[in-house]
Amino acid sequence: MSTTARKLNVAAALALAALVTAGCERPPVDEVQHGYRGTGMVQMYNPRVVAEQATHNVVPAAQPAAAEGGPSAGTVYQNVKVLGGLSVGEFSRTMLAITAWVAPKEQGCAYCHEGANFADDSKYTKVVARKMLQMTQKINADWKPHVQATGVTCYTCHRGKPVPEYVWFKDVDNTAAGGLGNRAGQNRSTAAINGASLPSDPFTPFLLGAEPIRFTGATALPTGNRKSIKQAEWTFALMTHMSQGLGVNCTYCHNSRAFNDWSQSPPQRAVAWHGIRMARALNNEFMVPLTEVFPADRKGPLGDVAKLNCATCHQGAYKPLYGASMLKDYVTALAAPVAAAPPPAEAVPAEGEAAPPAAAETSSTGDASPNGAGQPG
Amino acid sequence: MAEYQNIFTRVQVTAPPYPGVPLPNDGSIGGRDGKPFLQHLIGKFGDAQIGPIYLGWTGLTSLLFGFIAFEIIGLNMLASVGWNWIEFVRQLPWLALEPPPPSYGLSFPPLNQGGWWLIAGFFLTASVLLWWLRTYQRAKAHGMGPHIAWAFGAAIWLYLVLGFFRPILMGSWGEAVPFGIFPHLDWTAAFSIRYGNLFYNPFHMLSIAFLYGATLLFAMHAATILAVSRYGGERELEQIVDRGTASERAALFWRWTMGFNATMESVHRWAWWFAILCPITGGIGILLTGTVVDNWYLWGIKHHIVAAYPQVWAAPTVDPASLPGAAP
Repeated sequence: MSTTARKLNVAAALALAALVTAGCERPPVDEVQHGYRGTGMVQMYNPRVVAEQATHNVVPAAQPAAAEGGPSAGTVYQNVKVLGGLSVGEFSRTMLAITAWVAPKEQGCAYCHEGANFADDSKYTKVVARKMLQMTQKINADWKPHVQATGVTCYTCHRGKPVPEYVWFKDVDNTAAGGLGNRAGQNRSTAAINGASLPSDPFTPFLLGAEPIRFTGATALPTGNRKSIKQAEWTFALMTHMSQGLGVNCTYCHNSRAFNDWSQSPPQRAVAWHGIRMARALNNEFMVPLTEVFPADRKGPLGDVAKLNCATCHQGAYKPLYGASMLKDYVTALAAPVAAAPPPAEAVPAEGEAAPPAAAETSSTGDASPNGAGQPG
Repeated sequence: MAEYQNIFTRVQVTAPPYPGVPLPNDGSIGGRDGKPFLQHLIGKFGDAQIGPIYLGWTGLTSLLFGFIAFEIIGLNMLASVGWNWIEFVRQLPWLALEPPPPSYGLSFPPLNQGGWWLIAGFFLTASVLLWWLRTYQRAKAHGMGPHIAWAFGAAIWLYLVLGFFRPILMGSWGEAVPFGIFPHLDWTAAFSIRYGNLFYNPFHMLSIAFLYGATLLFAMHAATILAVSRYGGERELEQIVDRGTASERAALFWRWTMGFNATMESVHRWAWWFAILCPITGGIGILLTGTVVDNWYLWGIKHHIVAAYPQVWAAPTVDPASLPGAAP
């Protein structure tokens, strides 16, 4: 064989090898046992990927603690509907934190506040931010089965960006309308489901609607379970998203020999179960009602509002920020709805804002000693 | 001397192309079209001679029906990316022609709701069956046994179970497999999970045993013949009736290493049965899934084939939906 032919052969072989391995991940892969030995219950991590990912999960420093005491923000500022019960110091500190977590650097306060009148609600971002504050408080107060005591802050999703990196919109699939080419909602490579050719939008039925997720029969022989393989594919897509969004294998939550059997499942599965309900509730209670608030360029191609899924908070980590609690530094403002301060003459009570009895750590006794006493700053 | 240890044939004997032996019944070479010729590159993989070819009505109709099915599937895929050729090439592994939604049962749905899938399936099945007939008829015409036709038939059995027999028993075309590269693989995974893990299906176990067994036998046999080809071992058929030193050495090697050897003839029976039993047992396993057994894992528990292992978590995980007051 001539030298040229040999070189061509080597080049062709290398090109073929590159093509074949293009979808592969370069080793090494570390295995972490996550169940009984020898049963394949392992989590696989590539240290190179983990190291890169760790740089995205650095917790920013907390704002310095606010001075204790002082009047409540609701009495000093106008139109403070959600955080009015905070002391002025804690309120300002929270605003500074939110600015750093969410607002673009070049805009700062002006990202949400109009001109010099900070009470003005004319910017949509401020209306959204208020709703998102309520959502954060709701999560931390009522979704403890999922977020535990770790809780969430704006940073959990936003990570310094005005729009969280991982949000979803309804899928545009009009292929059923024509004479041929119906994709049946499937068969496109979508990052949110790890490039599988499964249904590309499992979020609309499961994280917005409440379609049944379970399909496995409870008896060995057929006894009336008519769930189809296609239904299984929709659930499979949601599960693939969860695996992708959390950077874990199926075995993080399931014993893969019997995916549906709870008694063999790792305890993380129960936490994830609450997570699905949480994402569904938040989308319906907080995101969808904001649809008319957002401008068109912030909405999806079908005019729907940006919605959240597992990746919105987790961003590829088994726990957001690897389980570091940022909430512990903002308990007074974000751990639960803040009890409203006694309304001064001109202050408008928050409309429609049910202020339940404040939890012990956020109890506010009025202007003099609002809250935060003894809380870490 | 030829070296058979290589993937590619190193030495090619060039001789005038020949039309093949006459048919046994009338001594003619009828039905053979085209002037045969030699192709060196093809000769590296197999026989360098191309042709003559026989199509006949089965071959022609099979190709025609196969082309129709190919076009229906391809055009649906192309339409699904908005007739964009670049997207078609880019997304091809993900694209598919999907079967009807289960709500249509066994009725004929609108074309874009799986109707095209049914039509494509009809033409593909017709094409495959006609090609099967062709393999059978050609073997008969040539005085050969019908072994190839029956082996092909075993594969067709599995294909028909997946796309025809089982959907009919389940009462829904939606149970069938989509026509697509990745989609049919995702379907396979979803199928197994839907029916409680196919690994506990004993016919699936048999099918896997025959699949891996067939590849093992293939490797053992091919390696044995290549290893004794320097003694004429590749002349297997002569060695069946006139055992030479190649056969003796190969047989002794296996008796030395595992105490038993197949013969030059029996190894091909082993290989043929392993190969055809893979799709036959697999097809039985698929046919029983959903029709006779709904959850193979639970079936395995019932029949004591599921290994029990210790609980490693502090307490068994409880289904939150089973707790009082749980949201659905």
